Amino acid sequence: MKDTDFKVIKGEVKERIDRWISHYPADQRQSAVMPALRIVQEVNGGYLTPELMDEVAAYLGMQPAAVYEVATFYSMYEHQPVGKHKICVCHNISCLLRDVDDLIEYLKEKLGVDIGEVTPDGRFSIKKVECLGACGEAPVAMIGKEYYGNLTRERLDELLESLE
Amino acid sequence: MASIPLNECCYRLNHLDKSWDIETYMANGGYEVWKKVLAGELTPQEIIDEVKASNIRGRGGAGFPTGLKWSFMNRYAPGPKYILCNSDEGEPGTFKDRDILRYNPHQLVEGMMIAGYVIGANTGYNYIRGEFWEPYKRFDQAVQQAYEAGLLGKNILGSGWDFDLYTHLGAGAYICGEETALIESIEGKKGQPRFKPPFPASFGLYGRPTTINNTETLASIPMILAKGGKWFADLGVPGAGGTKIFSVSGHVEKPGNYEIRMGTPFKDLLALAGGVWKGRKLKAVIPGGSSTAVLPAEKALEMNMDYDSIAKAGSFLGAGSVIIMDETTDMVKALDRLTWFYYEESCGQCTPCREGTGWMHRVVHRIYTGKGRPEDIDMLKDVSGKIMGRVICGLGDAAAIPVASFLEHFEHEFRHYIEHGCSIYDRA
Amino acid sequence: MIKIEINGQIVEAHEGDMLIDVADEAKIPIPRFCYHKKLSIAANCRMCLVEVEGAPKALPACATPVTDGMKVHTRSPKARAAQKAVMEFLLINHPLDCPICDQGGECELQDVAFEYGNDVGKYSEAKRVVPDHDVGPLIATDMTRCIHCTRCVRFGQEISGLMELGAVGRSEWMEITTYVGKSITSEISGNIIDLCPVGALTSKPFRFKARAWEMVAHPSIAAHDSLGSHIEVHTYQDKVMRVVPRDNEAINETWLSDRDRFAYEGINSQDRLTVPLAKSKGQWDEQEWEDALNQTVELLKPHLNNPDTVGVLVSPNATVEELYLLRKLLHAHGVKDIETRLRQIDFRLDEAAGKPVAPGLVNTLPEIEAMESVLLVGSNLRYEIPLLNLRVRKAQLEGARVRVLNVADYPFTFDLEDKVIADPQALVDTLKVLVRAAAELKGTEIPAGAEDAVVSEQHQAWAKDLVESGKATIMVGAMAQQSPLYADFVLWSARLADLTGATINVVPQSANEVGAYQVGAVPANGGNIDSMLASDKKAWIVVGIDPELDTVYGARLKQALDQADTVISLTAYDSEYLRSVSDIMLPIAVHTETAGTFVNATGDWQSFKIASAAPGDAKPLWKILRVLGNLLDMDGFDYVHADEVLEEAKAQTQSLGSVQGDLAIPARTCDKPVVLGEWSLYSVDPIVRRSEPLQKAAGAARPVVRSAIEADEIVLNTPAGPITLPNEYDESVAPGVVLVPMGLSETADVTLTDVSVAAS
Ligand SMILES: Cc1cc2nc3c(=O)[nH]c(=O)nc-3n(C[C@H](O)[C@H](O)[C@H](O)COP(=O)(O)O)c2cc1C
Ligand code: SF4
Ligand code: FES
Repeated sequence: MKDTDFKVIKGEVKERIDRWISHYPADQRQSAVMPALRIVQEVNGGYLTPELMDEVAAYLGMQPAAVYEVATFYSMYEHQPVGKHKICVCHNISCLLRDVDDLIEYLKEKLGVDIGEVTPDGRFSIKKVECLGACGEAPVAMIGKEYYGNLTRERLDELLESLE
Repeated sequence: MASIPLNECCYRLNHLDKSWDIETYMANGGYEVWKKVLAGELTPQEIIDEVKASNIRGRGGAGFPTGLKWSFMNRYAPGPKYILCNSDEGEPGTFKDRDILRYNPHQLVEGMMIAGYVIGANTGYNYIRGEFWEPYKRFDQAVQQAYEAGLLGKNILGSGWDFDLYTHLGAGAYICGEETALIESIEGKKGQPRFKPPFPASFGLYGRPTTINNTETLASIPMILAKGGKWFADLGVPGAGGTKIFSVSGHVEKPGNYEIRMGTPFKDLLALAGGVWKGRKLKAVIPGGSSTAVLPAEKALEMNMDYDSIAKAGSFLGAGSVIIMDETTDMVKALDRLTWFYYEESCGQCTPCREGTGWMHRVVHRIYTGKGRPEDIDMLKDVSGKIMGRVICGLGDAAAIPVASFLEHFEHEFRHYIEHGCSIYDRA
Repeated sequence: MIKIEINGQIVEAHEGDMLIDVADEAKIPIPRFCYHKKLSIAANCRMCLVEVEGAPKALPACATPVTDGMKVHTRSPKARAAQKAVMEFLLINHPLDCPICDQGGECELQDVAFEYGNDVGKYSEAKRVVPDHDVGPLIATDMTRCIHCTRCVRFGQEISGLMELGAVGRSEWMEITTYVGKSITSEISGNIIDLCPVGALTSKPFRFKARAWEMVAHPSIAAHDSLGSHIEVHTYQDKVMRVVPRDNEAINETWLSDRDRFAYEGINSQDRLTVPLAKSKGQWDEQEWEDALNQTVELLKPHLNNPDTVGVLVSPNATVEELYLLRKLLHAHGVKDIETRLRQIDFRLDEAAGKPVAPGLVNTLPEIEAMESVLLVGSNLRYEIPLLNLRVRKAQLEGARVRVLNVADYPFTFDLEDKVIADPQALVDTLKVLVRAAAELKGTEIPAGAEDAVVSEQHQAWAKDLVESGKATIMVGAMAQQSPLYADFVLWSARLADLTGATINVVPQSANEVGAYQVGAVPANGGNIDSMLASDKKAWIVVGIDPELDTVYGARLKQALDQADTVISLTAYDSEYLRSVSDIMLPIAVHTETAGTFVNATGDWQSFKIASAAPGDAKPLWKILRVLGNLLDMDGFDYVHADEVLEEAKAQTQSLGSVQGDLAIPARTCDKPVVLGEWSLYSVDPIVRRSEPLQKAAGAARPVVRSAIEADEIVLNTPAGPITLPNEYDESVAPGVVLVPMGLSETADVTLTDVSVAAS
């Protein structure tokens, strides 16, 4: 692929990825594959496509299959459309002990979607995730880049309200 | 109990306003050790000796003596070497490193600088789990401030020593907390652990000699060197020097991080955390994160929070992640969730873990959903036993330990499910 | 050397060797799935766990280096328990469909499971089902059977250099897949069939054809490039069912190219000619052999009185025995024009040397693998000789610098240090510059012809590397050989080699190209195919080729055949074209159906025996020639065995010219745009062209011209009139170069000695 063929990795996106590339030794561009995937996922509305992964592969000089391996290994990469706000609810032990299951049921009911589905207006999707490393505030959810702890039904109501 | 000293090391600044700012840090003795090191007042060997004297063991879970680990590196071997910090913090129940990153990032930066200097590494990476955006930003800001203050970069403070520090962000994989998986991940690959030997000290990041330490371990270093290894060792007990952050979660009134001295009785820690919530009774404790064996209340209440005492009780200090379960806890459901976790997080590489974690989860889930068979209990014991010791990394064993220990102490609850299709609490 | 003890047996080993290799050497079995001696150590299957005294856990033998005095038990209770546990884990999700699995009987999992008897797999759980994706015409997938050993993935990463399969996802959901539904395109992809220890990756063409234990295995030699890879031909009821590699470190190691693996489907093609046919009054009639041979002699005899008017075109894939007998038969009658060099157009080297100058590798393949600097001249090596490309790739991975002079920027499977992509003339000029640079470096006189060359820093670096690396080679490939400037390429490469101390390897392409030179299946009178076509031949004998597809002489050859009085075809295949020009067609056996010998690129004479039966009445060519000799009342045609022919052929090899820099050749220039023929992977010979799976594979030729000319179509002028072909605009092709796919009916008239591009 020539530079001009990149549809997404150009301009500001390219600059952001290049900044990460500069953190690694010059002959280790592929080290930036994780930030690159995160960035292209972000500008693509939260999920990856084969085209995007191929572009990352070409940009970093990797074999496409090696990029697919990475992109399917880590759970924060998505391969299907997600809501504008991806609500990642931890359901691991400490949150379980603080009744997160009840919250998940409540969320599903309130939004009218199941885990992995997107609300018809495209605003929300729910994902069950493993321990977020904030068990002191269990139950915890991550929405976008933010953590929200000590969740209750009421707090969830407020939260959803406040999100565009 | 009122006399329990808190926050003497990694969290010593957490109560201050803008504790994460370089000004706060410097106003409280920050970077003084680093300056001494650069000025040649503390040689690498002296540092290693102090760290050994401090009796600090790795805070990431395995508890390997840090001074010994550092001594494996040949500082003067030619070519690049790396210091890596493990801020992957994925072990269920653990959330201590997050607060170091958020509230005292400079102490970690300083710890990494010193460790890098000791082992001869001019580059360091802090591997922060991808979900930790806010902590990453804090840490990154600290790194930038350190650069601006001339404490990082080329020829630091005219010492002739170069050190660059970067962050690598994860993207959701518990296994990347395993040190060789972490290395693979920085190399732009799936986080699949490497078979050892060779160990990172000889073949690590990019095939170069590498040392990996946990966030808390590294953040403790500046204090150890500022106040002396003996000071740190004396805070704790023989065999376990210093303070340790315990992340307390689950059924307590005040869940949170408590940086206390090693050897503090568990009872006192529980009291610090406000006791079991809702006035209920304690049923069980997982003392070191979900990979350590669960202990019934009687045993937990007798132990002190240090390696030996917890081991004597039948578990492990691990990462110091104390999960409290009250008398209403459905142990089958709890194990169902934990087996799912290891199943979900197995890297898929080696046979016993890839196949065994799924197998264990399916059987536990079968029991939990009322479809258990009488022979399932023995099968679970058998399968967990067959995984242990036959895998590439610690995850396989970590997955087997909860199964074995839940069955050891709470087998009757599983039997009840098998016989009645429901939990012991659903009878009434 | 150190000593270790395995199961009480003392075994010598080198410190640091892996335990599994030491045990293998001592023939002590240790089960394994992920380990493969040609791949990196993954240690992921855990099948090879053994007990090492002093180690708390069982250790994987594949990843445990031996140390002096180590005591190992491979069958102790502890070792057995570990192995059994792993087996059980593998079987919980593995379908027990052995009766319908193509791997049945040669499945490593089945073998090991058998050892543990009914003990394993007692827990019947619901099994995982993994979706399958079509990965192309060569490889069938049944991924539910996959045991995740990742051999196939590592093969792509480490050996082929094309990572087409990945292990995506994690945990039990980890799946070996192309992920995006792409087909596998590697030219050596079939090796993953052999690597896969279970029936997850199997041969698609072979699917359900036969069971492993029903077949007979015949050692043989591969016939579709010049390496002479060692193969095993598996037959069922005397028919070729599949071809697999035989280990041979010096040649193919454990690998085989897809071309050599799947070409056999062409042997079983419906197009095979199974009875002698003779034309009378425009009608083709089936003949008894005796009649057919008598008629052949009748047709031939009148022309033998005028031997200069007889021309013979033979496949360079014919065996030594066949070529030798042809020569013996015809030379005795004064016929000297026997030609196997069907794709060469520049014969100035032979003229200068006064005898044929044969290509050949002067280095062994392991030597090539150990090179530190490689200069490829006019070569798309990956598609010419896939396994030779692997050796260069290995060299490169070990740090060798590979540079190329090419007419197109071919996609190599390794990193190039540098490249010059230009038309043939410019490439020759570059060689001259390199020669001058080398001469300057060495402080020797600048060879005539290079005086005007202007040396840049780039050229200096190239020359310097060849001089200083100690182990350097220049390899001249097919594109150079088929170009109008072949002699210039070789001479300047040879001069460069002389000056730098590099070796020069002119890469032979066909299975017996080197043998053909040695037994004299090239004109013995200084002639060549070009001069043969220019003279007025009255009779042609055509052997083992599709004449319209196998040469670069296209319409010129077709016209010559049309105008001749007599055309005798000895052919394995019936074809409309042959019927249209021949007077008689005699069905011959292909290489698996005859005993024979090929001389490979490195000059090894490799004999093989009959593996499969020729269809119908087809007969080995050497036997036909023997009878023809008898019918022509010649002495010395009483062979009983092919061996006797071989002995005689060996004793009578020809004197050949060698590649030397001091020959003087007349200058030649070529006009631009230069039209060059490209033989794709799967259009090189009649068998390959008739292998359906290969024709569906990624390496099959398409009737499309490639050039950096912005045009939708390109008109090629040929002696039979203009042909219009679609043009693929391709910036990787050098300006002034038009690449035409050869071996296709669409380009059958393209005559590379007489071609020009017209505006479209
Ligand atoms: C499955 C698994 C997960 C781990 N996760 C972490 C982690 O999140 N953070 C950490 O510091 N160490 C983790 N470890 C331990 C590391 O491999 C390593 O021992 C540690 O980072 C070394 O640092 P220390 O000596 O300072 O403790 C994990 C180990 C395993 C086997
Ligand atoms: S034990 Fe599990 S996580 Fe560790 S290498 Fe094996 S499969 Fe991967
Ligand atoms: S052969 Fe050793 S682990 Fe697979």
